[in-house]
Amino acid sequence: MIVTYALIFAFAAVSLSLLLTMIRLVKGPRSGDRILALDTLSINAVALIILVGIAGATQIYFEAAIIIAMLGFVSTVAVARFVLRGDIIE
Amino acid sequence: MATRFVQRLFPHPLLSVALVIIWQLLANEPSINSLVFGAILGVLLPFATAAYWPNRPQVTRPWMLIPYGLVVAWDIITANITVALIVLFKPNRNIRSAWVNVPLDIRTPEAITALAGTITLTPGTVSVDLSDEGHALLVHALHTDDPEAVARKIKHRYERRLKEIFE
Amino acid sequence: MSHGILDIAIAAALVIGGLFTLVGSIGLLKLEAPMARLHAPTKASTLGVGSILLASVLYAYASGAPSYHELLIIAFLFMTAPVSAYFIGKVHIHLGQNRKPLPKPARDRLWATEAKREEDTPSVPEMKADA
Repeated sequence: MIVTYALIFAFAAVSLSLLLTMIRLVKGPRSGDRILALDTLSINAVALIILVGIAGATQIYFEAAIIIAMLGFVSTVAVARFVLRGDIIE
Repeated sequence: MATRFVQRLFPHPLLSVALVIIWQLLANEPSINSLVFGAILGVLLPFATAAYWPNRPQVTRPWMLIPYGLVVAWDIITANITVALIVLFKPNRNIRSAWVNVPLDIRTPEAITALAGTITLTPGTVSVDLSDEGHALLVHALHTDDPEAVARKIKHRYERRLKEIFE
Repeated sequence: MSHGILDIAIAAALVIGGLFTLVGSIGLLKLEAPMARLHAPTKASTLGVGSILLASVLYAYASGAPSYHELLIIAFLFMTAPVSAYFIGKVHIHLGQNRKPLPKPARDRLWATEAKREEDTPSVPEMKADA
């Protein structure tokens, strides 16, 4: 019972933080902030997927979570490198 | 002769161990199958990639990593509460951010990487840049009145321990 | 399900995780200086997700099908968070977004990002023209 309430709270908190991150992503003002918002967005997406996994009592979503975590990191570094050097692989 | 052969076969022993553990976790149920396959990967991958990674990282006192990890874990938890309080309850105009200049005594790339990562994960500081010759670290502090004290704390609390571990 | 100590631990991990994730995003939205903004998501969000993953491990253990692979994601996130923060900080410096001037490095001439920019100044206008 207590876990169900905590789960609902966590769902609400993570969804709200996704929304707030989205506002920062739209607002900018410059590319550094947008990259940061994208990074946070992918981390929050991992949290949301894990929460869905807990709610459904299943392990199926684990692979999705780890792939989003990896892609989030790689894309953050790729975009940052592009802004820094105008090139990704030298 | 024999030691050279073992070194050729296991160019990065720590990486091999890490690969076996990671494969175990990925398989997610302890079985002889996954252990054997993990061991095969642990031998094969470092051997195949050794040509791209010639230097072996030096860890002179690996057992010292455990107290260091505990100190860092404790700092991560307390740091997060501090940062959360600053973010939630301090008005923006009262937040005094500052650049902190940390001169480095450690030389090896592994030690500097570990220090930079630790700084980013702990109390209100993010490591941002290294000087062009690698003798100083640029750190941004979210809220501090005394940048010198922050630099002293980083040197005393983390760099001293990392120097013992890596050099 | 009884209110065992495990249930309380799972609920606590979930609530703490949700709170820290929220704090990270609030900080991202609220703080003013671009460099200050870097602090909240890198630390708070990472710990929040770590806590939620821990809740997932505990929950799997409580429901009788132990699973530990969430620990992999925790380790991965804690190793990559400083790297992303470092890169984003470099982007801020490169774009000249910091309000306060950088201090001089303690023992060297320049910071690496500035040295790189100095080195390839000719290529920078070219890049701007593309974008």
